[in-house]
Amino acid sequence: MMKTRSRAMLGVASCLTAAALVASGCGSGGGSSTSPGITKTSVLIGSHQPLTGPAAPGYSEIAPAAKAFFQYVNAQGGVNGRKINLIYKDDGYNPTNTVTVVKQLVLQNKVFAIWGGLGTPTHTKVVDFLNSEKVPDLFVSSGCPCWDDGTKHPYTFGWQPNYTIEGKILGQYIKNNFAGKKVGVFYQDDDFGQGGLAGLKQQLGSQIVVAKPYQPTVTNVAPQITAIQKAGAQVLVDFTIPAFTALERLTSFKLGYKPQLAVSNVGIDPTTVGGLLKAFSKGKANTALIEGAITDAYLPSPTDTSNSWIQLFKKIHDQYDAKAPFDGNVEYGMASAYTFAQALKNAGKNPSRQDLVDAVEKGGFTGPGLVPFRYTKTQHGGFGGGQIATIKNGQIVTQGQPMVTDPGGGAITVSNMKQAQVGDNGVVKP
Amino acid sequence: MSTRMQTPTQPAATELARPPEAGRKRRAVRLPEQTLARNVLITAVLALILFALSENFDPFTNLRLATVAYYFTALAGLTVLTGLNGQISLGHGALMAVGAYSTAILVGRSGLPLAAALAASAAITALVGVAVGAAASRLRGPYLAGATLAFAIGLPGLADKYPSAFGGENGLTVSPPTPPTSLGANFPLERWQAWISCACALIVFLVLANLLRSGVGRSFRAVRDDEVAAQLAGLNVARVQVLAFVVSSACAGLAGGALVVTTQLAAPGAFQLSLSLALLTGIVLGGLGSLTGALWGALALVYLPQWSDDIAHDFSLSTNVQSNLPLALYGIVLIVVIVAAPQGIQGALHGIVRRSRARLRKNPATQEGA
Repeated sequence: MMKTRSRAMLGVASCLTAAALVASGCGSGGGSSTSPGITKTSVLIGSHQPLTGPAAPGYSEIAPAAKAFFQYVNAQGGVNGRKINLIYKDDGYNPTNTVTVVKQLVLQNKVFAIWGGLGTPTHTKVVDFLNSEKVPDLFVSSGCPCWDDGTKHPYTFGWQPNYTIEGKILGQYIKNNFAGKKVGVFYQDDDFGQGGLAGLKQQLGSQIVVAKPYQPTVTNVAPQITAIQKAGAQVLVDFTIPAFTALERLTSFKLGYKPQLAVSNVGIDPTTVGGLLKAFSKGKANTALIEGAITDAYLPSPTDTSNSWIQLFKKIHDQYDAKAPFDGNVEYGMASAYTFAQALKNAGKNPSRQDLVDAVEKGGFTGPGLVPFRYTKTQHGGFGGGQIATIKNGQIVTQGQPMVTDPGGGAITVSNMKQAQVGDNGVVKP
Repeated sequence: MSTRMQTPTQPAATELARPPEAGRKRRAVRLPEQTLARNVLITAVLALILFALSENFDPFTNLRLATVAYYFTALAGLTVLTGLNGQISLGHGALMAVGAYSTAILVGRSGLPLAAALAASAAITALVGVAVGAAASRLRGPYLAGATLAFAIGLPGLADKYPSAFGGENGLTVSPPTPPTSLGANFPLERWQAWISCACALIVFLVLANLLRSGVGRSFRAVRDDEVAAQLAGLNVARVQVLAFVVSSACAGLAGGALVVTTQLAAPGAFQLSLSLALLTGIVLGGLGSLTGALWGALALVYLPQWSDDIAHDFSLSTNVQSNLPLALYGIVLIVVIVAAPQGIQGALHGIVRRSRARLRKNPATQEGA
């Protein structure tokens, strides 16, 4: 065929070759059991993470920390005799990439479940796909209220507190301690920021005088901060990812704007924000700019070395993930991985995908959390509250008691849960 | 367009229509000599091959096929503009965004049937192409590159500026296309997406392959080769340039629509400057001005990042290296191709075929343009 002179024929020939090339890429099926990705000795799980892009600072430490945790579990014999293998792919916090990598994980790598897919704008684009493929979508790394719907998305579960719950708890604290002060809100313009704003509004109502959104791709937030300053807000609440907490702090500093600061749990990890402040200001700023900020916590502070969970996580970190700083992100990754391991253990000796989902809906998980989970058949929202904390000397210091509530109009009450100790659930030995 | 195709134009360029196929009687397979009939036949054969491939592919490979197809659609349009008309465009990613958002809005909000929405998206993007093309026809070389670059950077910003219309950074989500019930209840969605995307690619292939052999195609080349000569021959240079831009934009718009069908999402993150640069890389890699080259380019754009990802994984490189490897690999491949095969993959293949044929016949082949 190649002998013909026609260029068109060459075209056809090249197309055929191309087709053969493409065809050669597909041949890896692998052995199939009842559910994909699980064998007698191993279980394969996948995740999408922002290893690059605007959300990478801090958050890129989460998946390696979880992997380190699974390595530790595997070294102890795994869960029900199975080693947990985690593959995580970079989506750069770009929803279009998320779609691609998650389809690759499910259709090509044939993962048993997705663990901890990170981000609200990203993960919302794959929830429908994962549920139509009936892939357990456990512990999304985002507090978007949108995961909390067992009827619409039976395979998806949140893990960290729903942002509305966070907004309510922060809002109540501000209402009680800064009564009559004007409140401004700076939030990410998606379900993350809007969810938090909804919770704040529920508690603070007209005390909020201004709320300004940002898109996570911009590099200048001066217009928003100027508007908040002009509105005379004396308390500023940030529902921001760490890079934008840092950007807001530096912008406010330049504008001479010094409100009482409150920041959502996801945007305040002192190590991450401190590092970003340093990087953005070429070494001139540090955690001093977030000193005194109010936040909420649902895990013990990573600096609380008397806590058995922190001791365990530090040990795993030093052994498998020593390159990363030991901060809130590492703790987050390990704690979420712990809950996954617990769910897998509760799912039984030979779990199908459905068994894993059933195990989470059955609930009863305990672990490093300061507050209980809310998992039921219909509630898929994760931790049910948090504890108010302040940044003191660059560390998160909790105060008062852990509070629990619901994402609706329910009251905020004191949690009476006692924190479990390492080894209590038999998932992992100290 | 068909009336345009038949318009007799006086070609002033070096590349005329191919001489009559005399003296080629030895050929075993003979394609019809009439351009349209020949291209219809080729398209039909390609459609059959793609059909057979999609039937055998697993869902993920079908998604890849859909991706290759929409990249091809965009690259084919760009290679006509840059390779045949000599206009560089760094803004084709933004034109794809126009098509993508048009499709997302028409299907998602207006509930238009998909085929109509895709056609409308191509038309809307063509209209945008008129505006960009009119500006482009007044600019040359680096100024043209700069203007289209500004377009590529500026346009996705509109999504953030008007979040209520375009969904901001979150983008617009479109529910997946439903395969017709006549195909059976268990017809895989991914195969249906691949079919839609491939249909777009084949339509573009058929239209462009005909266009290139027509008077319009010759006028494109005439303007590229020598504007003054083209003008002396009676061509309206500016009009030809705008027309090339419009054709190219329509292809980009259709590609954007096919992208939305494949990913179910139109978001600014998909249309960053890197996309425009990747498209340009694709046509250079494949071979400027050649539709087959556009196919090589599309395959490279889809598989190079994949391979680099695999390499990074196999050697367990650090995250920083891993995430930058695809870009580095692009660069290396581009340098190698430009040094070793300045006419791209298609040019290199063509050269190999020509040389082997010459060796077989002990008779140098007639000169053919790239």
